[in-house]
Amino acid sequence: MATLWFCLLALMLATYIVLDGFDFGVGILHLWIARSEPERQQVLRAIGPVWDGNEVWLVALGGTMFFAFPKLLATAFAGFYLPLMIVLWLLMFRALGIELRHQFHDPLWARFWDVAFALASLLLAIVVGAALGNVVRGVSFNADGNFFAPLWTDFRISGTVGILDWFTILYGISTVVALTHHGAVWLAGRTDGDVLTRSRRIAQCLWPAVVGLTVVVVAATWWVQPTMVRSIQDRPWSVGLMILALGGLLGARMFAAREQQRRAFIASSVYLYGMMASGASWIFPYVLVGRGEYAGLTAAGSSASTYALTMALYWWIPGMLLVLGYTAYSYRSMPDPF
Amino acid sequence: MSSLAVHRFQFAFTVTYHYLYPQLTMGLALLILVLKTFALRGEEVANEAVRFWLKIFAVTFVMGVVTGIPLEFQFGTNWARFADQCGGVIGQTLAMEGVFAFFLESSLLYGLLYGEKRLGPWGHWLAALLLWIGTWLSGYFIVCTNAWMQHPVGFTEDTNGILQLESIAAVLTNPWAIAEYSHTMVGAVITGCFTMASIGAFYLLREQSVDVARRFVSVAVVLGLAASIAAAFPTGDAQVKLILKHQPVTFAAMEGHFHTTDKAGLVMIGQPDMEKMELDNPIKIPDLLTVMTHGRWVGEVRGLQDFPNDQWPDNVPLLYYVYHIMVGLGTLFIATMGWGAVQLGRGRLWQSRGLLWVLMLALPFPFIANTAGWLTTELGRQPWLVYGIFHTADGYSTQVSYGNVVFTLLGFMGMYTLLSIFYFFVTTHIIASGPGPVES
Repeated sequence: MATLWFCLLALMLATYIVLDGFDFGVGILHLWIARSEPERQQVLRAIGPVWDGNEVWLVALGGTMFFAFPKLLATAFAGFYLPLMIVLWLLMFRALGIELRHQFHDPLWARFWDVAFALASLLLAIVVGAALGNVVRGVSFNADGNFFAPLWTDFRISGTVGILDWFTILYGISTVVALTHHGAVWLAGRTDGDVLTRSRRIAQCLWPAVVGLTVVVVAATWWVQPTMVRSIQDRPWSVGLMILALGGLLGARMFAAREQQRRAFIASSVYLYGMMASGASWIFPYVLVGRGEYAGLTAAGSSASTYALTMALYWWIPGMLLVLGYTAYSYRSMPDPF
Repeated sequence: MSSLAVHRFQFAFTVTYHYLYPQLTMGLALLILVLKTFALRGEEVANEAVRFWLKIFAVTFVMGVVTGIPLEFQFGTNWARFADQCGGVIGQTLAMEGVFAFFLESSLLYGLLYGEKRLGPWGHWLAALLLWIGTWLSGYFIVCTNAWMQHPVGFTEDTNGILQLESIAAVLTNPWAIAEYSHTMVGAVITGCFTMASIGAFYLLREQSVDVARRFVSVAVVLGLAASIAAAFPTGDAQVKLILKHQPVTFAAMEGHFHTTDKAGLVMIGQPDMEKMELDNPIKIPDLLTVMTHGRWVGEVRGLQDFPNDQWPDNVPLLYYVYHIMVGLGTLFIATMGWGAVQLGRGRLWQSRGLLWVLMLALPFPFIANTAGWLTTELGRQPWLVYGIFHTADGYSTQVSYGNVVFTLLGFMGMYTLLSIFYFFVTTHIIASGPGPVES
């Protein structure tokens, strides 16, 4: 049962990255892609009806982690205290940047929120990437099985580690590039005119960088976290997930070249799902890997009772089916669809 | 301040600030649905009113969302030992809020704001109905979580001392949750009504958008009177009876009742003196507390002195004050809305400038009353985090140092100051622009 919920949690996290990921990408790009007020409106309309729903995946993820893996939530949230608080503040600026901009018709007001939106999106992508890097690299537990990660120590991955070191910064940068690419692909399917041309060009330029960074990140991960290599021996099928990710990446390029933007976006989403799924399958059975003598928290060791996990399926599955319904409705009722 | 105090203060500050927004959106969601129902019968003025209030709703909703996420996170970040111990139980209701309410609300709001034409009158009405359901469901799951902390049910303790869920049905139908939820929702409707009446009175006094403004005031006064009465009886009464039964020490502290007697008076005004264990400058209605608890003239009401000191709420005077502020304001709400309803019934409300001034200036008070009500709930639960089984002092995250919490507390204070300024700017702009067609 804990394994099932581990998979569901990983699926929710991946869905959050895929959906809010393109919002981050659009936020990072919009100052360059939209050069005039009508263009800006076009870009904001491309995420306006859905960004809030995308963010809800994060809230639902937190809630699910709370009841399914209370010990993980307690340990990880307290340990990653500072980055989580920074994420909260950035999410506030991002939301206000999108929603308050239209309230006054004043160029300075609009400009302020445009820049706030762009900066918050960029920093969010970096922090989310660095957070994933931390989960992969592992954290320094103390004797009572807790940890508190400082923002940085000496940027090396030996000894006591912080949130930021060369490895997690690499994750942060890769996430920024991958999500910017993802956002550009999304915009290319949702806009027209100059914005469309610029989005496609940016997606095209970023693609080789995404490929390069993917290779570097996977290599660095195997080197930094040898347990992952062992996981591949235990679960050889996980290589399939990596191949799926690479297939998605290839597809994103191919479909974009043929101007099939809807398929290109799906392919880019497959890439992100594939990467997240590979990561999850390599970390398992751990949910939080330890560095040093404490091996870490496992899914089975941090989960709620079997009764609670079974009970939850009875409302969680119908609930998520409803969610899929709302999500499909929001996306389908958007102004010019693919 | 100790580590415990700073963790507590940060949660108290962020949750108190947060709840200024949802009480308005939950109240407005119902009012918007009522107005939209009038609009279905072809009243264009009701549609104008809906458009105006949707604009206020949208900004308030965003504020509620961004200040709400930190609360869910803080269970893990600041209250890790509590999350570890109880997450298997209360995590369920919190997760249900996300799954059943937030997704629904987020997928509706854009359509409500910009899709009036596309959805058609019935579609738009349906969206308003679903929005009301979404916001009120959200309230239920949160109140259910809080009610479990007040009156834990449906759990067992495993061999490691961790609380495990035994019955999700028991948690969802906790009698405490039902009383607390009805009282909370009625409070939110009061806030919605006073806000709508205040803005309506403002327009009427300025003789601006008169038709729409009259609709604001008439709907708000009628519904506001009903809600103000319901806040006292039956919902408030049911809540107090539960406290008397399950948290008698909290009841004594709230009422400022120090000594056990057979003929207890009801305290209206007075300052608790914790050294002498009595009230300074008291004004009491003789015997009324006995009458209210027993329904007869003689009956024992236990005073604070009857309980061991370590079971007392840790801030008795503050608890006593916030409770009396809530009850006092609640009484004034019934009087104000009652006066308004009488004048409306006699057809004289639009000429009563004095009353319109009162309605306009009353705006802050329901927010104060709701806040005081929640402070009563939360201070009354102390020194427990989960009543009777888990102390607040055992709940905070020991690995998060005092200095780090001060850092984030200051960060939240700064952020929320900014949010307040932006919210004030935007809402005054919407109010100044007046009811009119929604911009696309």
